[in-house]
Amino acid sequence: MPDSSPLLVVEDLKTYFFTRRGIAKAVDGVSFTLNAGETLALVGESGSGKSVTCLSLVRLVPEHAGKIVGGRILFEGDDLMQQSHAAMRRVRGKQIAMVLQDPMTSLNPALTIGTQVSEVVRLHQKLRGATLRARVVDALGRLRISAPDTRLRQYAHQFSGGMRQRVSSAIALSCAPRLLIADEPTTSLDVTIQAQYLELLKEVQAAAGVAVILVTHDFGIVAANADRVAVMYAGKIVELGSTLQVFDHPSHPYTQALLRCLPDVGKKRHLVEIGGQPPDLARLPPGCPFAPRCPERRPICEEAFPAAVPVESGHVASCWAAQPVSVGSVGRSLPPTSI
Amino acid sequence: MLEGVGLKKHFHVPGGLVQALDGVSVRVAEGETLGIVGESGSGKTTLARLFLLLDRPTAGSVIFDGKDARTFDRDDLRRYRRSVQAVFQDPYSSLNPRMRVEDIVAEPLPAENGASRAATRERVEEALNLVGLRPESAALYPHEFSGGQRQRIAIARALVTYPKFVFLDEPVSALDVSIRAQILNLLKRLQETLGLAYVMISHDLAATRHLATRLAVMYAGKLVEIGEGEAVYTAPLHPYTEALLSAALPLHPSARRQRIVLSGEVPNPMNPPAGCRFHPRCPRALPQCGSQEPEWREVTPGRITACHLY
Repeated sequence: MPDSSPLLVVEDLKTYFFTRRGIAKAVDGVSFTLNAGETLALVGESGSGKSVTCLSLVRLVPEHAGKIVGGRILFEGDDLMQQSHAAMRRVRGKQIAMVLQDPMTSLNPALTIGTQVSEVVRLHQKLRGATLRARVVDALGRLRISAPDTRLRQYAHQFSGGMRQRVSSAIALSCAPRLLIADEPTTSLDVTIQAQYLELLKEVQAAAGVAVILVTHDFGIVAANADRVAVMYAGKIVELGSTLQVFDHPSHPYTQALLRCLPDVGKKRHLVEIGGQPPDLARLPPGCPFAPRCPERRPICEEAFPAAVPVESGHVASCWAAQPVSVGSVGRSLPPTSI
Repeated sequence: MLEGVGLKKHFHVPGGLVQALDGVSVRVAEGETLGIVGESGSGKTTLARLFLLLDRPTAGSVIFDGKDARTFDRDDLRRYRRSVQAVFQDPYSSLNPRMRVEDIVAEPLPAENGASRAATRERVEEALNLVGLRPESAALYPHEFSGGQRQRIAIARALVTYPKFVFLDEPVSALDVSIRAQILNLLKRLQETLGLAYVMISHDLAATRHLATRLAVMYAGKLVEIGEGEAVYTAPLHPYTEALLSAALPLHPSARRQRIVLSGEVPNPMNPPAGCRFHPRCPRALPQCGSQEPEWREVTPGRITACHLY
């Protein structure tokens, strides 16, 4: 495969949940690409579909209730939607690995850390005995677990929160995956430990050349770690671009509002509110789901969802009001209008 | 005036003694917002629980309008509970799902004193109105509300007794980003109109800065620094405050600045380090930091820190 083709191509992914209250369109036509070694942040509020997007990529959407109803997921050229269950098990953990939000619940409290790391390595790399052990020690050491050969005999409760998340990451990275999906990896961590973890993630990622999908609701994490960012709202990507482009020229009114309502540790200013509530996924309005809260709403917004408009090279926004960014302008980054 | 003097709280657990809070003195004046920041295990929630009289201090005391809480009689206690209220982090667990909103909000009101049902209803309606909820909300149950609205209900419950002091324990951490600004602005507006004093406990430095007029920083059961809010944010004295502020995430990708990334972990509260509790992680530690505990010293007026550098 030539290097220029992307590692992951997601086309028009749709994952719906069938509930008593109707069909909840958790992911509704999501498309993006990811290059090898790149970090893409999926940012959005709860219920925006970022976690379900990730579960769909590895086909772990809870069965019966949820189903991937359409779209393609091309990973290194292979369509994951066409793979058998057995083939998917070989992909998960080996080529695509995941780190989840809360390491206290994602690690097994009754098994030693060593057992949990070696499980993955044994399964995917078929290593045994001393070579297996050496590999496990190496995996823990790379994530800066001190004294890994004694630590691997301990249990999750004997580790601090930050160390547990590093152990989870060691498990995820132990088989040298091409893609790491990190779903809110620092939400349960303290501020200084979060900073430690994000720095380490960047380092390890650069050394191993692994691509990362970083799920977060925090624009600060995006600013700190992501190369590109996809902003999600009600199951759709409403804006996608490089991190600098999106911060400098946010082109969807939702992105603009989110960036304006963040309190700033650097200075005190009035916070601009976003009125209303995120929509009910089972009762989405026709047209753009953000329209009821949008300050730039037009009649057409309530009729049809807008196509993605290119506003800069590699930067698109799905909004009827989106305009190409003119060269040298400061864009629409901070218009004085209030919401 | 609400004051804590030399507050200590130790918990006996299997295998030893947890020094959750180890000698904290702090004062809250009427109408101000004291922000208390620190990481988990720093003792900030324990401190709030002592002030709310939910736990008894191992040593030290809470003083309200010149009277020690240990000497409160029934009337004092009733007055205290009316004057000091709280809003907790998670509005999904702090509201009883089987109670109607009107009963939730009315609960802090004393049952006796012949308060008529109509008067109670009026107070509830007034409180709901203050937080921007419609009077019809009173008949509904918590599950019929979103997270942001539930937090408004919790705030209404705190305000129904006309308190002077409200403890806010991580008031926006459980809320969605687009809702946080609504609640922070609401809290600020309520403070301006009602003259409330807030004690806001949080690990979110940006949200705290938005409200706090004074800021206290805690580490491993102790206060390490206290001062006027903007002064602490712009020119931190204690190396821990400096590291904590520098660990805050950037607001723009171009601000990926050189951060002070602390090595190591928050110390075990059962076995805190000798001397200054921060010294094993401190980038500016001096030889005496490992053995002598730094004194609490007023460096400039109103600006107090416990560090050998000053």
